[in-house]
Amino acid sequence: MADLIYNIAAIVALAGIVLSFARLILGPTIADRAVALDGMTIISISLIVFIAYYSNRVIYLDVAIVYGLISFVGIVAIARYLERGI
Amino acid sequence: MEMLGAIVTLAGSILLFLGALGILRMPDVYNRMQAGTKATTLGSILFLAGISIGHYECGCFGKIIIIILFVIFTNPISSNTLARAAHFAGIGLTKRSVKDDLKDDDIENRGEEK
Amino acid sequence: MISIIIIVLGIIMILAAFLAIRLKNLLSAIISAGVISLLASVIYLLLAAPDVAMTEAAIGSGLTTIIFIFTLKKIRKGDLDD
Repeated sequence: MADLIYNIAAIVALAGIVLSFARLILGPTIADRAVALDGMTIISISLIVFIAYYSNRVIYLDVAIVYGLISFVGIVAIARYLERGI
Repeated sequence: MEMLGAIVTLAGSILLFLGALGILRMPDVYNRMQAGTKATTLGSILFLAGISIGHYECGCFGKIIIIILFVIFTNPISSNTLARAAHFAGIGLTKRSVKDDLKDDDIENRGEEK
Repeated sequence: MISIIIIVLGIIMILAAFLAIRLKNLLSAIISAGVISLLASVIYLLLAAPDVAMTEAAIGSGLTTIIFIFTLKKIRKGDLDD
């Protein structure tokens, strides 16, 4: 029962990734696409932690830490470019 | 204990889904940013906490707590930087918004400089 | 479960690659290329290769995006076309 609820939660989070990617396709400006990238990153971190516990390997959590760090730097670089001050 | 973790995880995933729906459906860059930051931050915190509650026998709360702290610290910073950059790049608000304090502050500061 | 995630992420990767070669605005194309690396990292993790996933997340998603943005800043002084 609990495993079924975990799987449903992962599917719902995956649907969130799909909706954010729809905004990345549609988005009229660059800031829309950057916001969609930010949302996809946060949902992907949650999905990576789910995968780590799904396959019982603790080493996968390090990937989530690296992922969050690097994506933060990327978003800030895009924002600094938009502000023309990189 | 496992059931409690599963329910918390489901609540977090529903919040993540609602945040993504807000990113898709809101009319404006700034509204999208607000929906996509606050709901997503709380959703990811609940998701990670629920998984670490449900699998408590693993004994690796440390990395989960580090990831949660990292999300709490970096997500508002990146959203704030992006909103400020979008405002100064000239991306307008939606027509239904009634007030823009940052623009008024800019006009006042320029008046003082002149 | 794993196969569902791999299929959905693979379809999103193909759409992002198509978007990256069709968009006129260069910064949007850079963001789309970042999405490809981001999801490729998750797929590497699903295929049980955490070290490759870590390298892909660090280099493909972070370093390449930042280097592309620096290059765009160098070759195009100022004009923000959208």
